[in-house]
Parts: sequence; C-alpha cells; structure tokens
Amino acid sequence: MRKTMTMLAFALIAATANAEPIEQRIAPCLACHGENGQSQTENTPSLGGQQAPYTLIQLFMFREKLRTFEPMNEMAKPLTDDDLRLFSDFIAKMPKPAPPGENVDPARMQRGQALVQQHRCDTCHNPDLSGKENVPRIANQREDYLAKTLTEYKDNSRHGYDASMADVMAPIAADQIADLAHYIAHVR
Amino acid sequence: MMNYVSVPRGLLLSGAFLTAFTLNAAAQQATDPPVAAPPPSTAPAAGAPPPAGTAASPTLPPGSPLIGRPAGNDAAAKLAPIAPPPIPAAPDKLPIAKLKVPAGFNIEVYAAGMANARSLALGDKGTVFVGSRLVDKVYAIVNKDGKREVKVLVSGLYRPNGVAFKDGTLYIAELSKISKIEKVEDNLDNPPKPTVIFDKLPKDEAHGWKFIAIGPDNKLYAPVGQPGNNVLNDDEHGLIRRMNLDGSGAEVIVRGVRHTVGFDWHPETKQLYFTDNGRDWMSEDVPEDELNRITKVGEHFGAPFCLQGNIVDPEFGWGKSCSEYTAPVGLLGPHSAALGMRFYTGNMFPKAYKNVAIIARHGSWNRTKKIGGDVVIAKLNKDGTMKSMEPFLTGFLEDNKYIGRPVDVLQMKDGSLLVSDDYNGAVYRITYGKPKMAGK
Repeated sequence: MRKTMTMLAFALIAATANAEPIEQRIAPCLACHGENGQSQTENTPSLGGQQAPYTLIQLFMFREKLRTFEPMNEMAKPLTDDDLRLFSDFIAKMPKPAPPGENVDPARMQRGQALVQQHRCDTCHNPDLSGKENVPRIANQREDYLAKTLTEYKDNSRHGYDASMADVMAPIAADQIADLAHYIAHVR
Repeated sequence: MMNYVSVPRGLLLSGAFLTAFTLNAAAQQATDPPVAAPPPSTAPAAGAPPPAGTAASPTLPPGSPLIGRPAGNDAAAKLAPIAPPPIPAAPDKLPIAKLKVPAGFNIEVYAAGMANARSLALGDKGTVFVGSRLVDKVYAIVNKDGKREVKVLVSGLYRPNGVAFKDGTLYIAELSKISKIEKVEDNLDNPPKPTVIFDKLPKDEAHGWKFIAIGPDNKLYAPVGQPGNNVLNDDEHGLIRRMNLDGSGAEVIVRGVRHTVGFDWHPETKQLYFTDNGRDWMSEDVPEDELNRITKVGEHFGAPFCLQGNIVDPEFGWGKSCSEYTAPVGLLGPHSAALGMRFYTGNMFPKAYKNVAIIARHGSWNRTKKIGGDVVIAKLNKDGTMKSMEPFLTGFLEDNKYIGRPVDVLQMKDGSLLVSDDYNGAVYRITYGKPKMAGK
C-alpha cells in the first residue's frame, strides 16, 4: 500500500513533468504538505514562506539520498536541477503558516522562549524565526514535525547539510525539545 | 541510516495521500505531546541569554561556530559560516571570465558538475580524484581519448573530504575512518567497495573533515581537528598522525594543530609544511591563519593556548607562554581559511615558481570585510621560513561576496596546476605560456 501510494505520487510527478505549469506539478506535494503553505498532515512540515535556498538544499539532499525519507526520495528522484530551483522558488512565495491559536501552554511557551534565547536559535534563524538563506523558517512550523526533527538532529540520524544543528542540539534534553517545539510552533 | 523510520512514516504519508485525495483533512488531530513533566534542573536560569564572549560559555556546545561571538554586536551577529549552493554550477555559469592570473598564465575549466568538489589527488594514469564534504561522493575526472569525463567513483560516504593516491591505490578519508581502493584506475567504471584501513578516530563534526596525503617516507598522514572554535583538546584531537599504508603503526607526530586541511613536503628538505586555520571571534584582524613546518616529532604548535605564534589566547593562554610552542613559519591572513597547499616542482611555470608553496585560501566568514577566496604564492627564505605571500589566482570575491571558493591545488605531470572550487563544484586548470599549449 505504501509502495502503491508512493508510486502514485511518483507517477503524478513524472506524468506532469515539465509540460505542466508549476501550480499543477506541485499539487501532489501539497496533498501532504497542505494547500496555502500550511500542512494538515501529521509529522509533515508546512512549506509556506520557506527560504528558497533551504528548500533547494533539502530537495537536493532528498534526490541524492543524503536525507533519507523514502516517499520524498522517490518524489525528488526525477527532478532536474532546474526543477529543484523551480519548486524551491515557488514554495518560498506560498503564504507562511499561521500560528495555531488553541492549546497554548503559557508555562511551556515561557520555557521554550528561554531556550530559544539561551541557545541563540534567533542568531541564525532570525529574531522572528523566519530564517534566512540556507537557514529555514521555523516559526509556526508544525509542533510534531519540529519535535521530531530536533530529536533527529540531536541523535544525528538526520544529518544536516553542514552538521551545525547536531552541534547545537547536543546539550539540549528531550523534555526541552518538547518545550522548544511548542514555543516555535506557537510563536507570534 | 534512517531506514528505521521509513516504513511507518511511509505508511503514514501514503495514508495522508489518500485522505487528501478524498478531501478528508482530519489527519490534523492535535499531536500535542502530553504535558511534559517538569524539566530537571539542567536548564540554566531561564530568560536571560548567557554572557557571551567567553569560550567557556557553558550553554553552547563545543562544536558550535557561534562560540565566542560577542553579545549585542550587530556586525558580529551578521557573521556565520557560508553554505555553498548544493547544486554545482553549470559549465557556462562558472565565473571563469572573472578569474585573474598573473601575466602569461591562463585559466580554463578543467571539469565541472561535481557538487562540493574539495581535495584533489592525481593517479598514475592521469585520473584526478576529487573528494567532497557536504555530499557523499568521491569523483574521478577521467581522461579518455583526449576527452575528459566526470564519474562518480564512490557514493554513500560520510564527509569524504580527503583523497590521496599511491602506487595504484586511492586512499579516502571520511569523517572518522580512512579506507582504500586498490588498482582504482583499472576499475573506474566499477570500483570495489573501499576497504577500511584505520577507524580509530573521533566522530566530531566540528573540524572533523580531513585532508590526507602520503609522505616521502611512504606513510599516510592524517590530521584530527580541534572539535570546536576554541576548546581544550583531549589526546585524540588537534593533532597530525602518520601510519603505514595498511593503517598499522599509527603514531601521533605533532599536537596543537587547530585544523589543517592541507599539507605537503618541501621538495628539498622533505620537511612537512601544513596550513592551519586560526580561531574565530577573537577579533576581525587576529589571529591569522598559519603556515607551519614540522622539524621534529613531538612538536606542539600552540592551539588553543598560543595563536599565530605570538598571542596567548585570552581564554586558555593564562599561565602559558608562546615560547613553549613551535611558532608558524608564516602568517596567511586573518580568518582567510588557508586550506590546500602544495609545493610547485613542475617545469611549466617560470623559474621563480620553483619550490614555492601554492596555497588555496577558501576565504573568511568570520570577518566583516571578507579576505581570501584566492590562491596565493608563498615564497620561502633559505631557512625555510616564509619570505613573502603574493596573489596568484584572484577574482572569487566580488562586492564582499563569493562567486567561488578555492579549496585545494594540485600539480599535474605537465606542470599545470589544478584548483578545486567547492562553491561551484568545479576544477580549474592554470597553465603558463601560449593558451594553445594549454589545450594539448
């Protein structure tokens, strides 16, 4: 079933290759990543407003299997260098995700904010966490995806492009990751 | 490496496809983790950022390039390591027309399309091997019937920055292991898997990537960098080691090396010269990167206690004196990231170039006005110290931005010089004389 669906997605991308406008080519991506830049899918990141250089690196890494997640590796496989640029640039122009209003825990928000300052996330990710260049927008990213990603950086199962996140995450404890993710997901 | 997640998440995602196709967006259910237990008291005082400007700042991990960054300084806050584009530049987009070499020299594109092309090594049959750091590949530039072709020789490696070649065998240095492929030039299309010869190496990412080379003593030399900007080292870091070509007999020969990414042996004295990258965040202008020379086993080159031979480190230098350490034979510019270096022994360049050190400076990130991003010539005095440093290949720096960044240099058999550029994923060739000759 997984294989079938992956193949379906793959077929959609392949079938629409090149001839179709980007709006149609990207539709299979948005089926999971969400229309209007905001993901409704568990553990799947919102793409809206993402920094184009960052997305380009991620798509490249998926295509080259330097970042491993089978559905994305399959999706990226047939893409040319120009395709990668096209998708990255288009994604950057999609509306950025909005902060979820419910289930905000003030105590966790406070702890998360302190952690962001303490570990200087804002230095590279910008004070509003909107990212810059190859450093991603993380503000209002899905909380589950943030927690998962930070955990993967910490145990180095997700190799960053240049490994700086592995270094940054080394001293951060698991429960602190939960607070960080909560804060970053809800930051306004 | 992440296979453990792909099945369940693959299922999940496929499910998401279905739901999306059936216009059912219910997958969004709150995935808030249960309210976390109160954190253990490992978290330092919440709220206030830590005092910065100290290398001992306990809240930053040792590997972070942000260690030592002064707080509340806008100029400093703008500086961070520069990530190259992931995709190699198309041959017609390379900055070749903007690159400058001295009168009488020519530069051309030797090969392109190698993402993150880093260290270079030359095979007996003319194959040029190219390592990488941010991707998983070692490339081979193959000369076949007068045509050059780029092949991916090996994939699936982890930060394979270092390559060296000797007697038919290619040696590859990844982050924490060194391996070899025998008779590599006879099997360029279908090389066997690399065989590990040495893996007793730390796995730190910071300064973990390696340059390797084989000396006139037929031993393989491999460094281990200091695992962070400015940190105390244990016995496994900040050193250069040598070993037999099968990995046996490994011994540390020098310490106090912050991070060398290029070395070579002087053609006459056979002494090992190496570049070393100075620490960041001390100031815009010091310390400078170093050109060092090993005169005896057991030397200590100062890091992290003494910088550039004459500055005791503000953090770790207390109680130390630079006289305790071997000083560099030359200084190569602040933050300039002096990487690959080789002595020129060829016959193509003019006589003045005989035995000069040709050094690739990757270019600074930790400096407001960028410096480096060039290839320089270091001429030596009779006593082996550096006499002068002059530009050789420039033009990679434009309006304080890089349009390319040189990593390594390599002399070819005909005396021409290759230069790798990891920003564009290309290798250039510099020749001397009428350009017609260069095409031969």
